[in-house]
Amino acid sequence: MTTTTPAKGATSGALVPEVTFTIDDVEVSVPKGTLVIRAAEQIGIQIPRFCDHPLLKPAGACRQCLVEVATPDREGNLRAMPKPQASCTLEATPGMVVKTQRTSAVADKAQHGVMELLLINHPLDCPTCDKGGECPLQNQAMSNGRGTSRFVDVKRTYPKPLAISTAILLDRERCILCQRCTRFSNEIAGDQFIDLQLRGARQQIGTFDPAVLGFDGAGTASLFAGADGDGQPLTRAGGMPERDVLSGPAGPAETDTSGRPFASYFSGNTVQICPVGALTGASYRFRSRPFDLSSTPVIAEHDANGSAIRVDHRRGTVMRRLAGDDPVVNEEWITDKDRFAFTWQSAPDRLTTPLVRGEDGELREASWAEALTVAAEGLTTALDGSGVGVLPGGRLTLEDAYAYSKLARVALRTNDIDHRARPHSAEEESFLGHAVAGHGIDVTFADLERASGVLLVGYEPEDEGGVVFLRLRKGTLAGRTRVFSVAPFASRGLERLGATLLSAAPGTEPEVLDAITGRADGDLGAAAEALSGGLVLVGERLATVPGGLSAALRLAQRIGARLAWVPRRVGERAGIEAGTMPALLPGGRPVTDNAARVDLAAAWGVERLPATRGRDLSGILSAAAGGGLDALVVGGLDPADLPDPDLALRALDAAFVVSLEVRASAVTERADVVLPVAPPAEKPGTYLTWEGRPRPFPQALTSTALADQRVLHALAGRLGVDLGLGTLAATHAELDQLGGWDGARTPAPHAVYPEPPAPGAGQAVLATWHLLLDAGRCQDGEAFLAGTAPRPVARVGAELAARLGVTDGDQVTVSTEHGAITLPAVVTAMPDGVVWIPVNSPGSAVRPTLRVDAGAVVQVAAARPATDGDDA
Amino acid sequence: MTTLTPILSKHWDADRSWSMATYQANGGYTALRTALGTDPADLITQIKDSGLRGRGGAGFPTGMKWGFLPAPDGGPRYLVVNADESEPGTCKDIPLMMATPHQLVEGVIITAYAIGCHHAFIYLRGEVVHVYRRLLQAVQEAYDAGLLGSDVGGSGFQLDVTVHAGAGAYICGEETALLDSLEGRRGQPRLKPPFPAVEGLYARPTVVNNVESIASVPQIVGRGADWFKEMGTERSTGFGLFSLSGHVQHPGQYEAPLGITLRELLEMAGGIREGHELKFWTPGGSSTPLFTAEHLDVPLDYESVAKAGSMLGTRALQIFDDSVCVVRAITRWAEFYKHESCGKCTPCREGTSWLVQVLQRIESGRGSAEDLDTLLDVCDNILGRAFCALGDGATSTITSGITQFRAEFEAHLNGAGCPFDPAAATLFDSRRVTDAAGTVGA
Repeated sequence: MTTTTPAKGATSGALVPEVTFTIDDVEVSVPKGTLVIRAAEQIGIQIPRFCDHPLLKPAGACRQCLVEVATPDREGNLRAMPKPQASCTLEATPGMVVKTQRTSAVADKAQHGVMELLLINHPLDCPTCDKGGECPLQNQAMSNGRGTSRFVDVKRTYPKPLAISTAILLDRERCILCQRCTRFSNEIAGDQFIDLQLRGARQQIGTFDPAVLGFDGAGTASLFAGADGDGQPLTRAGGMPERDVLSGPAGPAETDTSGRPFASYFSGNTVQICPVGALTGASYRFRSRPFDLSSTPVIAEHDANGSAIRVDHRRGTVMRRLAGDDPVVNEEWITDKDRFAFTWQSAPDRLTTPLVRGEDGELREASWAEALTVAAEGLTTALDGSGVGVLPGGRLTLEDAYAYSKLARVALRTNDIDHRARPHSAEEESFLGHAVAGHGIDVTFADLERASGVLLVGYEPEDEGGVVFLRLRKGTLAGRTRVFSVAPFASRGLERLGATLLSAAPGTEPEVLDAITGRADGDLGAAAEALSGGLVLVGERLATVPGGLSAALRLAQRIGARLAWVPRRVGERAGIEAGTMPALLPGGRPVTDNAARVDLAAAWGVERLPATRGRDLSGILSAAAGGGLDALVVGGLDPADLPDPDLALRALDAAFVVSLEVRASAVTERADVVLPVAPPAEKPGTYLTWEGRPRPFPQALTSTALADQRVLHALAGRLGVDLGLGTLAATHAELDQLGGWDGARTPAPHAVYPEPPAPGAGQAVLATWHLLLDAGRCQDGEAFLAGTAPRPVARVGAELAARLGVTDGDQVTVSTEHGAITLPAVVTAMPDGVVWIPVNSPGSAVRPTLRVDAGAVVQVAAARPATDGDDA
Repeated sequence: MTTLTPILSKHWDADRSWSMATYQANGGYTALRTALGTDPADLITQIKDSGLRGRGGAGFPTGMKWGFLPAPDGGPRYLVVNADESEPGTCKDIPLMMATPHQLVEGVIITAYAIGCHHAFIYLRGEVVHVYRRLLQAVQEAYDAGLLGSDVGGSGFQLDVTVHAGAGAYICGEETALLDSLEGRRGQPRLKPPFPAVEGLYARPTVVNNVESIASVPQIVGRGADWFKEMGTERSTGFGLFSLSGHVQHPGQYEAPLGITLRELLEMAGGIREGHELKFWTPGGSSTPLFTAEHLDVPLDYESVAKAGSMLGTRALQIFDDSVCVVRAITRWAEFYKHESCGKCTPCREGTSWLVQVLQRIESGRGSAEDLDTLLDVCDNILGRAFCALGDGATSTITSGITQFRAEFEAHLNGAGCPFDPAAATLFDSRRVTDAAGTVGA
């Protein structure tokens, strides 16, 4: 018996048959199913269009792309279609003859006619419109429109602009009703926060605003009045629509922090695909003209997806960011966080010069030479003492992470390095060494939409992934992919994926994973079947569940699924590959593997590398707080994100701290030497996506700021070590030469899971994760975006709600001995005895306040109704 | 001389004509019994053989439409009756459903049986509440009589009928917009393909037919395709309701073989209003190009009307005598299309609102000669460029009106205003016309 395996690169499946036809007398062959408008693009013929978008379903609404078409009948005689056809909805057929505006007077007149109709009600405000200069309507009116208008009557006008959310504004009179925005919301994001309303000439895009719809007794429409000079939206006194901010009803119909119905995490995409200036971003409105902007294609820094974006800047200031077009990663869509959250990089607390703590205990500005010298002296002292720990943080490029890794091993002679600025575990470390480090690209974005089944464990693809969610949704809408999620409740994101919830209280995830077998009944059995040959996506949160990652590995092996680890932060995968972990060296080399160490020592030209596994982040902080480590080198991290923020602050207080930071932070306050480093816009580098895909990006802004890598190179020099990483080119050359590791990997973890916690009376098990838009430092300074974040709530099951005597909107207090968080309750279908609150949203800073994480038992109570003068 | 053929309208004047008892007393539901004993494929063949063409306006062969359904795949397939009669002048389906709703119900059952449908829908124009009640009552009576439900007439065939009232949008008479509306969505036409026969209601194979077409089915099944074909012309077989309205002595429904002429119908209707002459008329409702006295002898069948430059449409014969200002009439129609444009596509949405502005300007004497050319060119830019046929319909009377009555348009221009007295055109006592202040004249 023989089996044949298709050769690598061979095309599997049947080839799509080709269709040959002519456009403007040019013969063209395209795959069957290709739309005429796309085929025309391929031969360089531009047919004007508005509603057409390659990633949206054809609509045929604007009628701008009309062409003349003839098709052969059964006898092969060419028969002209009686009417011009919309080329954006027409599939090419064999022998079809298409005449565009270039060769057909009929098509040309039809296009001019439609253009004239589009313009009769369009305002002539191009000189002040954000879109002017990059406007498809403006451009195509010039190329395919009449020079003068015959329209002498009354144009349609509306009060403007309508506030769709705090971030998105709508000028209805500019809208040409192509429905790209509503189709995006419906087909891609699944957030129908805007839709068509009314009909005919009064048809308009809008939210369900009773005033716009003319309901009796409705108040005035939600009009936006503008923003202050510093970008803050004007207050309601200045004209912002009257809304309750952080009060008023909460319930399953989610509201955002501005009190409006929650819109979408992807709403900014509608601004970008709007072919006119109808939808604009509040933060960019009237700020600049497109032709004054310089554009740099870069990679977004907000999550491990590494979305392609374009930074538009003017005279050294970033004015806006747009989605790039990258079919392998984010297609043409990005999250609002990637689009709007960039002001953190130029915030007022930005560090620009090195700082050194003086004799008086205050930080003072210092020269690079002095600061590096002071830092080196402090580190040298520590090396002679109990040593130095390194905490690079999770937002680094591969080059920066590699520099931290090499600095620790070569200059600081330690494996006490851990970039995981979040809850973590030894089990996770083994898992990452075994299943992630050095694996290259395995599961990809494209796989997400092709897999038969995708299981999510400890991972919310919308809140913790953004564009991963869009890919999954694409697969589920196409009927290819079925999504399952092991989670305490079906989030709004899961509902829009049509996901099957495999309900699990925090801590019970391993049990549920072990129960997914082909023999199981119901959803568990269905999951086993769909996941055979499918994907298991585990999130970084699974590290908080003892036995969780071990069970995920077992499951993937048992049912034949591929496994991918999808962290939140952009620097996680780079850190793993660069070896910024206590038991991992670059390329997945285990610290404890002699051959791996020898290999690396040879490459680095050092005699030996520290052989014992180092301490992880919690171990490093404990040691530093207790005198077991004398110094810390700390990269960009926020102590509030760490598992025990209080311990972190104590450690930072105790140790000699060298801080490499973009902006002043809680670390800065406690640092002995502060070395300012460049934000992403001011340095080149390479992010690694969760897939392991390198995402190199150039420097967008001219800057004297230094990347971490160059600062570390200089610091090492003061310690008498040449890191050899003074330039990006040198770093790349070294990384290339180093290559991967083909030796043994870290063994798989086999952690057992303990009995899940049993909450007593007045207690519940805490479930918690990050919302995409929250109180994170990288969203600072962007008030318009912040207004669109979902309002923080506490989710409780019906039984718990009944015991507490609360219903939707009542205040619930979640507390530990360290502190309390009070949020409005939303009764949600979830296991009894579980309470969910967001990790780091306004009013809900779980780790600093409660000092616990998911799976902990916390106190839950109905909040005492606040009374006037009550300052509790 | 063609004679009238009261068939569908034969018992409209019977006592309690809408009741099951009256309908059955006049031979109703006998065709159903015949049908249930016939192979469904033979029923489709019979309708094909009869040459019945859709009575909703487009005239597509009904049997062929049924034949487009893909082979059964075990999933549901639907019959949807388009009862959203909303075009100005068209007034045949509503009287039919009002007078004898059981004709439609019987037709629905036979058609559903023929195409293998187990759930049929009647999408009714929402404004006609009285008809809605009659239909609901008729369907209930059919359920009570065992003619609907799990065992239709003891045959084992299962059929449910849902009567749905629309919310008052002309666009929902367009079959795909109707389907979207029936599904609970915004009523806007769908992209075709896929056609309803392949992916219609709930993305399942669906037949959408007009009320009169379906009501004609029991007659054909009961009396045979040959009987049907004896009436009408070779390619426009059978009979139809001709709805005469406007300046005619006896307006109403005249059921006659296709191919009858307006001259004949006017004779039966007692002629034009006393003391006036025929000025213009619509052969098939407000979406069809205008005819004049020249066209009195055009046979009212699909081919002849088309050959004469208009469309048979819904046989809504609106008769206008010489008291009527053609500019005013056309402006009112244009206002209707502007009001009813669904807004999906540019030409209809923007075009109809522009046309109205220009027409209103002309009617009030503020127009210029260029406006007439603009009107014609804008119509040309809408016709055949809109997403669905409703945009085309908006231009029909304007283009044909300017072509045939250009001098009358020109008489309005440059400050002249309308030379007609609108009160003279009313069919009621012109002294009762409300003046601008809202008071009623003496």
